[in-house]
Amino acid sequence: MAEKLYMIALSPTMEKGTIVKWNIKENESFSEGDVLCEVETDKTTMDYEATDEGTILKILIPEGGKAAVGEPIAIFGEPGEDISDLLSEEKEEIENVEEKTQIEKQVETKNTTIPKEIPENNDLKRIKISPLARKIALMKKIDISKIKGTGPGGRIVKRDVENYTAEPVRTVKEIKREYASIQVETRDEDVVIPLSDKRRIIGERLSQSKYTAPHFYLTVSVDMSNVLENRKMLNKKYNLSLNAFIIKIVANTLKKHRRINATLNNDSIIEFGRVDIALAVAQEDGLITPIVRNADKKGILQIDDELKTLIDKAKNNKLDPEEYTNATFTISNLGSFGVDEFTAIINPPGSAILAIGMIKETPVVENGEIVIKPIMKMTLSSDHRVIDGALAAAFMKDLKDTFENPILAIL
Amino acid sequence: MAIITMREALRQAMDEEMARDKNIILMGEEVAQYNGAYKVSQGLYDKYGEKRVIDTPITENGFAGVGIGAAMAGLRPIVEFMTFNFALQAFDQIVNNAAKMRYMSGGQFKVPVVFRGPNGPAEYLSSQHSQATQSFFAHVPGLKVVAPGTPYDAKGLLKSAIRDDNPVIFLESELMYSWEGEVLEEEYVIDIGKADVKKDGSDVTIISYSKPLKYAMESAEILEKEGINVEVIDIRSIRPLDEETILNSVKKTNRCVIVDESWPFVSVASHIGWLISHKAFDYLDAPVELVTSEDVPMPYNHKLELAAQPSVEKIIKAVKKVMYI
Repeated sequence: MAEKLYMIALSPTMEKGTIVKWNIKENESFSEGDVLCEVETDKTTMDYEATDEGTILKILIPEGGKAAVGEPIAIFGEPGEDISDLLSEEKEEIENVEEKTQIEKQVETKNTTIPKEIPENNDLKRIKISPLARKIALMKKIDISKIKGTGPGGRIVKRDVENYTAEPVRTVKEIKREYASIQVETRDEDVVIPLSDKRRIIGERLSQSKYTAPHFYLTVSVDMSNVLENRKMLNKKYNLSLNAFIIKIVANTLKKHRRINATLNNDSIIEFGRVDIALAVAQEDGLITPIVRNADKKGILQIDDELKTLIDKAKNNKLDPEEYTNATFTISNLGSFGVDEFTAIINPPGSAILAIGMIKETPVVENGEIVIKPIMKMTLSSDHRVIDGALAAAFMKDLKDTFENPILAIL
Repeated sequence: MAIITMREALRQAMDEEMARDKNIILMGEEVAQYNGAYKVSQGLYDKYGEKRVIDTPITENGFAGVGIGAAMAGLRPIVEFMTFNFALQAFDQIVNNAAKMRYMSGGQFKVPVVFRGPNGPAEYLSSQHSQATQSFFAHVPGLKVVAPGTPYDAKGLLKSAIRDDNPVIFLESELMYSWEGEVLEEEYVIDIGKADVKKDGSDVTIISYSKPLKYAMESAEILEKEGINVEVIDIRSIRPLDEETILNSVKKTNRCVIVDESWPFVSVASHIGWLISHKAFDYLDAPVELVTSEDVPMPYNHKLELAAQPSVEKIIKAVKKVMYI
């Protein structure tokens, strides 16, 4: 019986592979262990070894073609076998998938095709399932490897799919989460806290950011004397937070460095025309990032006013989604916790985040003499796909200059 | 509606058609003076006379050929086989002449002949006289093959068969002749090639025709009491086959049992099974099951004779198998 040869996951995170070379051509036979083809995965080029023997009857994905894990790439069997049925089935399959992806594209933009069967342990185990049950599972996006079949020989039938209530097919994000966490054995004294939705989303988003964006870090020490003096002066009349100053200075510097205020969008980079700065605020059950929109166009007084409202709302869980999503740049300030310096994870869709440490009286050598200055260390995490080192450094230099001479912010 | 026997329904159909069209003749062994071996042609000889109701000798190959020739010459013969077991004698005429003449003459000849008579196992007749021959005829392009399961369908379908310009194999069943059913008193015909949903249901489809339809209906009734909602399709016409009705039902129920009293190998049932797997594959929750006669010549011993044929028990078992219970 001719069978389909499926693309397998050749690395843990592989979703798709490009067939670089077919070592076994059509009508050539192979035995177990032979390298059928070379597959370029997300990481490297791997050998696809045969786990069976047979003859390649038809190559479905030619050299240079891509296939998702679980998609057929060839048909093999005995020489001369009639494979017209498998081929027409394949054609239908492709049409179905195309139709399905069309629909999915309308619904969600990011997730591409769902693999038909998710291989377990990279091993394409044959799952007995009725055609109807398979169809229902596909429509409901249920991973059939999770369903227990009650038909003859464990065949999954309609009622099994209908009675199945657990999670839909794992998306790429979820697979990553599984890789990130490990199975832990709990003991009596351990406290098990179920993951809140918020915690889960933070985890997913930040994992995605850290996995997909190549981070690099630049740390700069800033003399905060002038900012502190200005603040002290203004605070005779107002009660302005340091964060308002920081946001204002960062926003105005960002305006001059458009590439730092940018994001990667598929095959293009978007340099944002707005400067919306998020400030990470700690809550009991996680972190939230309320946003001061168009901070470059606002004065410190207004920024401070907005911040007070936002932080108040954040602490009471009253923020509307539009008040904490789609910032172009983020600031995380752990100075009040006595942290000297740290690195933060980029908050998408932004391509950079500024981590601010505490202002500390520090001995500094100035003109050959040791003087004591209020020094603040700040670290920029940048997405190297968008921002190069020199660009980030130029921004940090400008930022340092502006912090040290705040009047530059109003230029 | 009047309640009459299948025998009477068939007689009415022939009578009404013969009265309507003087080109219709009836021929066969004992159809005239003896009023038919199973009394289906009772009274027709007296009514239409010896020129239109003709007794033939025991020469199936001969009188089948005469019937085909008469049809080519412009008459509309109804040829009765005392049983379709004997039609095997006339197989060459039916397959090589009746079925092919219109095609081979480029449409110059029509062959409006009906071959009718009892088909399928009866009782105590042993293996040469007790066989279901539908698969033989259904195999041949050019033949229409019809097998009604109720007196109502029998009358309407026979009238359509007589009016058809092509050879029609009209399969009755000896045991069914005395079965009664409601039949419309006014004139009606049933189109060849239209299946009938004999019972609506949602859980499983039973497809059948002719005599075993009765077992299918009985099985459905028993299963109903166990909470299984059965749909029963009577295909009525084997060729042409109403694929749409079959597929619609299977798409609804996702499970199918086909009941056919012919043998299982390359049979009407196996064809329908293939059809479903081909055109409703994604709607199937279980492999299609066949309930047919056993793949053996019919035994003479009555217990074995019954055991070799489809039965209510076998149908119920098959239904439960496709329901996974």
